[in-house]
Amino acid sequence: MLSQKKNKKGLYIALLACLAVLALVVILENTLSPTGMLFIVLRKSAVYALVVVSMNLLNGFTGLFSLGQAGFMLLGAYTYAILTVPVEKKATVYYLYGGTSVNFSITDFFQGIFGSTGAGGGVALVLTVLLALILAGCVAALFAWLIGLPVLRLKSDYLAIATLGFAEIIRAIFQWDTLGPITNGANMIKSFPGFSDFNIDLGGGNTFYLSTFVPFLISMVCIGIIVLLINSSYGRAFKSIREDEIAAEAMGVNLSKHKMLSFCISSFFAGVGGAMFAMLTNMAQARVYTSVMTYELLLIVVLGGIGSISGSCIATFLYVAASEWWLRGLDAGEFLGIRSPLFRTGFRMVVFSVIIMVVVLFFRQGLMGDKELPDLFKRRKKQEVAK
Amino acid sequence: MLKIDELKVSYGGIEAVKGISLEVPERQIVTLIGANGAGKSTTLRTIAGLVKPAHGRIHLQGEDITGFVPDRIVSKGITLVPEGRHVFPDMTVLENLKIGAYLRRDDLEEDIRWVYDLFPRLKERSWQAAGTLSGGEQQMLAVGRALMSRPKLMMMDEPSLGLAPLVVKGIFDIIKEINRQGVTILLIEQNANMALQTADLAYVMETGQITLSGPGRELMNNDAIKKAYLGK
Repeated sequence: MLSQKKNKKGLYIALLACLAVLALVVILENTLSPTGMLFIVLRKSAVYALVVVSMNLLNGFTGLFSLGQAGFMLLGAYTYAILTVPVEKKATVYYLYGGTSVNFSITDFFQGIFGSTGAGGGVALVLTVLLALILAGCVAALFAWLIGLPVLRLKSDYLAIATLGFAEIIRAIFQWDTLGPITNGANMIKSFPGFSDFNIDLGGGNTFYLSTFVPFLISMVCIGIIVLLINSSYGRAFKSIREDEIAAEAMGVNLSKHKMLSFCISSFFAGVGGAMFAMLTNMAQARVYTSVMTYELLLIVVLGGIGSISGSCIATFLYVAASEWWLRGLDAGEFLGIRSPLFRTGFRMVVFSVIIMVVVLFFRQGLMGDKELPDLFKRRKKQEVAK
Repeated sequence: MLKIDELKVSYGGIEAVKGISLEVPERQIVTLIGANGAGKSTTLRTIAGLVKPAHGRIHLQGEDITGFVPDRIVSKGITLVPEGRHVFPDMTVLENLKIGAYLRRDDLEEDIRWVYDLFPRLKERSWQAAGTLSGGEQQMLAVGRALMSRPKLMMMDEPSLGLAPLVVKGIFDIIKEINRQGVTILLIEQNANMALQTADLAYVMETGQITLSGPGRELMNNDAIKKAYLGK
């Protein structure tokens, strides 16, 4: 019933907005100081946004309360790291275990074809990262499928506990000494391609910075795919499961199939997000992906609005900026020009918690509820069309 | 069209339906009346595939559909309008209708227009969240949503539940209209008076068994029915 033209127009506007943001990121990074706090925040936000959106797909749109996100991120991060550390560097990375049992690397494979310097090196890097990210997602999705078989029969809190348990078990397994030759035990894996490898050296001390642009681009593409999925008939089926399982089943929505689909897709993107997190921090270490991280993600989902993609994205940027940047002064002694002996390590988290409580009190449904950004402009117009 | 033989259904150890046989002829309105706990809803839920029968067979147009999963049964042409309406409250009216046609892959435009013609009220409320509709409108939406799957047989579980008498009359008028357009209807009702007036064929269920059957108007004059359900 909705005229197709209007949908297309909205799509073009969204695409243009995305391109504008990407262009802005590139321009900013090459004009401002690239090591500034702004870019650290932007990069981390871009990575987090993807994972938060993937969590929202599961918790907000399908109504499955799962807390396994950090576990799937970990799977993605390790898959990416293990597959991309160049063979020559493996001895240094795995020195505690006298080398590794994974004796190939996607990096070497593509560098063998395209060369490791100049334009060829660039192509090799892009292909390496692309393939490794997809594999990272696939491994996470595969594990999601395996544990989904028994676990998705559970509902609400019980599902949350089961998935949380899974994430903790995965973390313990990856830190297990016996698997050291593969996972490097409790130690970090490093020396794999990260975001800063995308910066192009123009010679003469000049660099064309792309290290913020790349995570933005990957996140946008992935979130775009999730948005398309949500707006398709599958998305409607997910929402119908969230709203009323009995009615959804009576309408012919196969509950177990769609829950599994949503769980696997969500985990896929969590895996990709985990791999990106490894690229961001230039290391993969199981210790990072704790349940605290999942809670942080869940908090952002709730703050942004359960069932709103744009809410999740906006909340991610605000959350990361506030926790990493804007409130730093509260720990360091001076905040907004005020000096106080109160402002010392730990005080930032006190203020931050109060802010979150206030936000939740005033925005009961999160910042956006279940509305999307364009809805705020469109609402009135739509009603006129219906008449 | 639909034929049920010796159907038995149990929940845990309790047998809710104790071997019933009934038939729904093509293009008719058939009603199943009975007190609470007689096993009416269970019978419908079993036909829809939401509950698995312990014994007995269900045939749709000669094809055995016993034990099929719900989505296969919907694609065979049987839809259930669940008791208590069960619309998707946070989705718009239009989205609700589209979910009804979830298993279809063809163009929905025409069917949406058909449903909106049957229920002009829904068209006015197209962009409203279904949870904000009144009880009667939600029932209309539940019926409209079921029609979106283009069913051959539509099963309704107490469409008059919690609705004002005037609204109930409106709903039953629509049921007749839908039936006139070629959809077979199997109806459960507490409102025996209304149901028997509308139905071509009626079955009376008591504690898991069918005790009486016959044309609706005939049963209305039956003394036992009058006493038990019509309050005369």
